Amino acid sequence: MTTTLVYDGSFEGLLTAVFEVYEHRLEYVKLVKGEWRSIALFDNVMQIVTDESRYGRVLKGLQKKLSPSGMQRLYVAHLSGIDDADSAALGYIRYVFDAQQNIEEDYGNRYVMRVSEIVKMMRREKHRMEAFIRFQKLQDGLFYSVIEPDFNVLPMLIRHFKNRYADQRWMIYDLKRKYGIYYDLHQVEFMEMDFSEGQGAANVISSFTDDEDAYQHLWKNYFKSVNIASRKNTKLHIRHIPKRYWKHLTEKI
Amino acid sequence: MNLERITEKLNILADAAKYDVSCASSGSKRKNENKGLGNASNGICHSYTEDGRCVSLLKILLTNHCIFDCAYCVSRKSNDIKRAAFTVQEVVDLTINFYRRNYIEGLFLSSGIFKDADTTMERLVQVAKKLRTEHKFNGYIHLKSIPGASDELMREAGLYADRLSVNLEMPTEEGLKLLAPDKDRKDMIQPMDFLRNEIIQRAEEKKLFKKAPMFAPAGQSTQVIVGATAIEDDRAILHSANHFYKNFKLKRVYYSGYVPVLADNRLPALNTAVPMVRENRLYQADWLMRFYGFRVNEIVNNDQPHLDLDIDPKLSWALRNMQIFPVDINKADLQVILRVPGIGLLSAQKIVSARKFNRLNWEHIKKLGVAVNRARYFITCNSNAYERRDLTGTRIKQFILAESQSKYLKNKPDQLSLF
Repeated sequence: MTTTLVYDGSFEGLLTAVFEVYEHRLEYVKLVKGEWRSIALFDNVMQIVTDESRYGRVLKGLQKKLSPSGMQRLYVAHLSGIDDADSAALGYIRYVFDAQQNIEEDYGNRYVMRVSEIVKMMRREKHRMEAFIRFQKLQDGLFYSVIEPDFNVLPMLIRHFKNRYADQRWMIYDLKRKYGIYYDLHQVEFMEMDFSEGQGAANVISSFTDDEDAYQHLWKNYFKSVNIASRKNTKLHIRHIPKRYWKHLTEKI
Repeated sequence: MNLERITEKLNILADAAKYDVSCASSGSKRKNENKGLGNASNGICHSYTEDGRCVSLLKILLTNHCIFDCAYCVSRKSNDIKRAAFTVQEVVDLTINFYRRNYIEGLFLSSGIFKDADTTMERLVQVAKKLRTEHKFNGYIHLKSIPGASDELMREAGLYADRLSVNLEMPTEEGLKLLAPDKDRKDMIQPMDFLRNEIIQRAEEKKLFKKAPMFAPAGQSTQVIVGATAIEDDRAILHSANHFYKNFKLKRVYYSGYVPVLADNRLPALNTAVPMVRENRLYQADWLMRFYGFRVNEIVNNDQPHLDLDIDPKLSWALRNMQIFPVDINKADLQVILRVPGIGLLSAQKIVSARKFNRLNWEHIKKLGVAVNRARYFITCNSNAYERRDLTGTRIKQFILAESQSKYLKNKPDQLSLF
């Protein structure tokens, strides 16, 4: 019989769920994110209360059997928010605990393979954002950017942008998930803002620095000049920059 | 800033630089340790042109004034085009402002030769020096080494740049004589040779003293034009590339399909198509030499002076060497698996890792990312289903071509009708 585990959607919640699976010797489980009340109608539902002493033990156990990069991959898969990511992670974790040796490279196992696929999708999206983010300089010196990535990659971008743009204040805002990261020359903070009503993203344009327009103009010109018309290859172009990214790319607007 | 004037210069000087195909911004490991601007490590393509090429660097000429008259080059002296020149400060400002907006990974600066080699090289070095010292810029800098420039200037360039390159332009000495009679291949090789020795020596120093300055950490590259003369076949080009990889420790050789830009009876006519497929096959062959353990002679030789245009060089090699196949995916060495058509570097490594846990079957192999439609003729695995017919290379080629949807094939019906 399948037991439904309702957890809060956090990584810690997921690990707590794993603890319960072992505690109650559950075999068939289904993970559901969300509130306890809304799904209480079903039989065999178990509410998972995220609890440090429980997920802490799971975490410790995993650290013993996985390499740091294996841990990292599990976390990244969870972060993706893809529908089956957490259940793939659960399957992966159970396989880790059941196996004698380290199974990180057992790509013949479907959970290991699925986690690896999700991680690959996440890394690609992260890399795309590192490439496609376009900062616009505001009058107060802030470099500002809006993105709409397919997955929740913002937390994975912090290190790259902090290292690279250490001497300028910048902000990257995820329009889909309605939160952003802000660097104040010392550290990066998460911040929440709601641009949906009236004031917001569009109004930012009025506060550009004087030379912002000039550099956008120069960049667009440069982009046109480097194209070799006799080698036109639209299919390849779109494969590299899928159309959904165009609206935030200065050179494609 | 006079926007109109700068825009015009940028258009002219970016347009003239675009035939340099190198856009790599990887291979360096410059960190942002001084709380300055930028870093350079793995390389990012920030955009792609409509012809599908990566835009990673601000790639411009300092000037397109040139004292040389090379037949293949748009900037040649006798060509009647608009000329322009940037000041050092203009290049610095463009680079910094583009970089801060995350448009680029850094600067690729080349130049026409004005006055003489040293004057030109000195000006290029000035740009790099200003970026590094005055602006604490740690992004990627690729400078052209100007043939004939002095050793001191080359040494200084190496201290500021991540990568240096001399374009050989023509794959062979004969080709160069034909199309660029004022240029001497020795002048191109001399700075390459100097830099190779310097890079090796500096790398040794760096091992001993951590604080020793970096010297062109991303090494050297070069570019050859493909299809400008008939005397240079794929065999000549790849052997030449191999020679430079081996003897000059180059990081990359770029192949640039000749884009007809000038009317000259030594060159292909203006309406000739760019040899894009051939260029693509050369890159595939180049990858086989650098990453897949193929020797150049296995790819092209006297019996096989040209690369096949309709199939890739790896498949082509496999079809000529059917005696080696099929290989058992669960037993064969990594080196052998790498030679199977349809299996790439990553999937080969994954196969070798995964088979320690389980004997792999077709399902596994497919999931690992192998192009089974090609690989199936060359491998066996933990399954009874495998290609039992004793097919000839020609038949396999026919089957594979019939299934593939390569964009190149549509334009080449004459190749299909061969069998």
